[in-house]
Amino acid sequence: MFYYISLYISLAIFIGGLIYKIYAWLSYKIGVDSKDIPTSKRLSSALKGIVLTIFSAKILTLINVFFLDIILQRKVFNEDFFRWLTHILIYVAFMLLLFMHALDKFITSAIFPNYSATLNPFLFLRDLFGALVIIGVCMAIYRRFILRPPRLKTNSMDTYAIIILAVIMLSGIILEGTKIGSYSIYKSMVSDYAGLEEGEEEFKALTAFWVDKFGTVSPDLKAPFEATLLEEGKELHEMSCSGCHSRPQWAFVGYPVAKVFKGAALGLDKGGIHTLLWYIHFLACFIGLAYLPFSKFLHIITSPLSLLANSVMDKKGSEPANIATRQALELDACTHCGACTSRCSVGIIVEEIENENILPSEKLQSIKAIVTKKQTDETRFRLILDGTYLCTNCHRCTDVCPAGINLEDLWFSAREDMFQKDYPEFSILSPLSFYRGLMRESIPQTDYNRPLIQAREAIASKYELIKTPDKAVNLTPDNQELRDSLLLSDQAATFSACFGCQTCTNVCPVVAAYENPKDVLGMLPHQIMYATGLGIKDLAFGSQMLWDCLTCYQCQEQCPQGVKVTDVLYELKNLAIKNAERKVESVTG
Amino acid sequence: MKFALFLGCNIPARLTQYESSARAVLENLDVELVDIKEFNCCGYPLRNINFKASILASARNLALSEKENLPVLILCKCGFGMLKHAAYILEEDATLRNEINTTLKKEGLEYKEGVEIKHLLSVLYHDVGIDTIKEKVTRPFKDLKIATHYGCHALRPSEIVQFDDPVNPSLFDNLVALTGAESIYWEKRLDCCGAPQFGINDDLSMDLTKKKILNASQSGANYLCDACSYCHLQFDTVQKMIYSEAGEDHLLPAILYPQLLGLSMGIDRDRLGLIKNQVDITGIEGFLSE
Repeated sequence: MFYYISLYISLAIFIGGLIYKIYAWLSYKIGVDSKDIPTSKRLSSALKGIVLTIFSAKILTLINVFFLDIILQRKVFNEDFFRWLTHILIYVAFMLLLFMHALDKFITSAIFPNYSATLNPFLFLRDLFGALVIIGVCMAIYRRFILRPPRLKTNSMDTYAIIILAVIMLSGIILEGTKIGSYSIYKSMVSDYAGLEEGEEEFKALTAFWVDKFGTVSPDLKAPFEATLLEEGKELHEMSCSGCHSRPQWAFVGYPVAKVFKGAALGLDKGGIHTLLWYIHFLACFIGLAYLPFSKFLHIITSPLSLLANSVMDKKGSEPANIATRQALELDACTHCGACTSRCSVGIIVEEIENENILPSEKLQSIKAIVTKKQTDETRFRLILDGTYLCTNCHRCTDVCPAGINLEDLWFSAREDMFQKDYPEFSILSPLSFYRGLMRESIPQTDYNRPLIQAREAIASKYELIKTPDKAVNLTPDNQELRDSLLLSDQAATFSACFGCQTCTNVCPVVAAYENPKDVLGMLPHQIMYATGLGIKDLAFGSQMLWDCLTCYQCQEQCPQGVKVTDVLYELKNLAIKNAERKVESVTG
Repeated sequence: MKFALFLGCNIPARLTQYESSARAVLENLDVELVDIKEFNCCGYPLRNINFKASILASARNLALSEKENLPVLILCKCGFGMLKHAAYILEEDATLRNEINTTLKKEGLEYKEGVEIKHLLSVLYHDVGIDTIKEKVTRPFKDLKIATHYGCHALRPSEIVQFDDPVNPSLFDNLVALTGAESIYWEKRLDCCGAPQFGINDDLSMDLTKKKILNASQSGANYLCDACSYCHLQFDTVQKMIYSEAGEDHLLPAILYPQLLGLSMGIDRDRLGLIKNQVDITGIEGFLSE
């Protein structure tokens, strides 16, 4: 009774959770294009898209993806055999257990009329599938907690997934082990199926046979037994038991457990251990089921959907409404496997710039937190924006994602969304923005320029002096601090050799590109060298020349004094960003 | 001759024809290429933001190559300049080297000096040699005028990159000439293509690109030739954007050097990825001799 009540409650929560999730996928707005699309339009667009795709030539693509990427996990196989094997063992064996064992009343007994859980091949197979899942779970634990590949992050969702699987499997196996030895279950079965009661002569014979051959632990009957008693028991067994029972040794995982517990079997049996384990087992399953839509296991639905959708959708041809829905779905399709992070081109720099959001797997979790409104704190938001921008758009994360998530497009959408909040993002003033430039036709012009202007202004705002070119500059005392801070990069200290010949300015293509370079750039290269030498921070850092520099190295190549002009400008850029970020931290706390 | 092929981030994502044509040409010249899957970003775009992060990225690549005992063959000139710079600074600065190695050791890597870093053009010119390449040119070009674009980061700062004479280089021109094409003189040949500013200051960037293209065209070139991912994306994809936004037709198509060389070697146009170029270059086949 309790069993069915808890089953129905779990199912209700599960279904309710799914409905909530589907609603979320149709509502969360990701990407600038999604802002004005109502949920109803997203729903109708999605249904239309699905129907049109299924009834078209694209169905072949979907079938191909279904078998190769969903069932056979081709994308994982191509990347890492160990991960592929771990996952195949867990998911295939668990599915088989689900269909053959958990749903045996509906599936297995319908197909096989002679089905019994304790009969071969079902007895053997159940243990085999259970063993395979356990091996897979052990491999997963090994990877995350012992092997620990660099930058692989494990969060509570990952740990929960491993724990719930382990609990289900282990409770099942120990339950099987204790049932094998259980005298109380034996008595009750013998009463129901052989019509024998304790104390009868035939009961004794059958029990002797079962103690000898089937691992039952009896309080009074122990080996060795007389041959004639066993013979009698065997006949009774073949009459009433063997139709449903194969030798328990076939349960090659549960039987050793039974042997281990043999000494304590009677006591445990009296204490109702198998009832306790049964409760743990099915409640763990039902909790897993109810919590599924909110846990990592939702990926069994979302990852296939993501793989299928991405195989037939593209940026140019698909409806914006469907792209928005797909991107919301993708946030739930991530299994936090870390494949993207392991292949990230800039993953290594997280060892220097300690922002986990640089790693694709963490970017996605953070973006999810923002989209679902769980993340609103400004400092963290800016860290997420910075981490999301520190990306070369090399597409490797997208190539390897086993859930088929179009990560590159997700990053792009998320960035443009985050820029709307008007926090300056300094990494945009680097060649990392080349990709954004290539995409400029898909961004409205004001949105395209806005973050660039903001970043420049945020940096320049610190430096008052540059805004007042007519004001006389106080040259004494000179700022040693600036000079000393320029010692990180290789050769920045060479600025002190500058004697103001202006060669650098004269060969600079950026200076030559403007009619009035001083007005646009604020300071010219030779002036920046001089200002740096004099320690005038405002003039050194506040110039737009820093950010317009092409790094073509003409200045450095031509300088007669060996001043590493370009390298000094690089150093000033780095320091300007560092100072600007420090200012942000102190403001936002 | 065996090299670790360094592709970087742009080529696999948006310039696959550079990889396929380079592989085709090098295979034809018996240069063996090894793929190191764990290669990461060269560090160049990061240098604006955080110097140490960019050096760390470079150092990891060099450490990976050193582990396989291979010199690096790199296709992008910005990447070339960055790796050379990293090698230079890590040799000069022991403190920095130790800090980098502390980080790299966490994943079983170590930066050691001595990894050779070569750009594709240097390998072709110095390691393979003009004469050897010329033997493989079965269909030299005729009456083809090429504006050869050197790019900045391979030429300068010369004491670090040591690629060619920074003021009057000839390496690339010679490589172009061996295909039968004429590498013309054009005033802006050593100027920056503008790519480093694209995405940051588009007006400045596109202005510089346009100036170069105009000068090359006015100097009589039929095609522009480059050998760098960023330069090519600028002269190809961005050129297309510049002119289509202005409602005009493109001015001068750009071809990657291995595509040019490959055609003169008789390599299949699909392997060279000719149709992948944004501004159509298939017309160049008309300049090939029979």
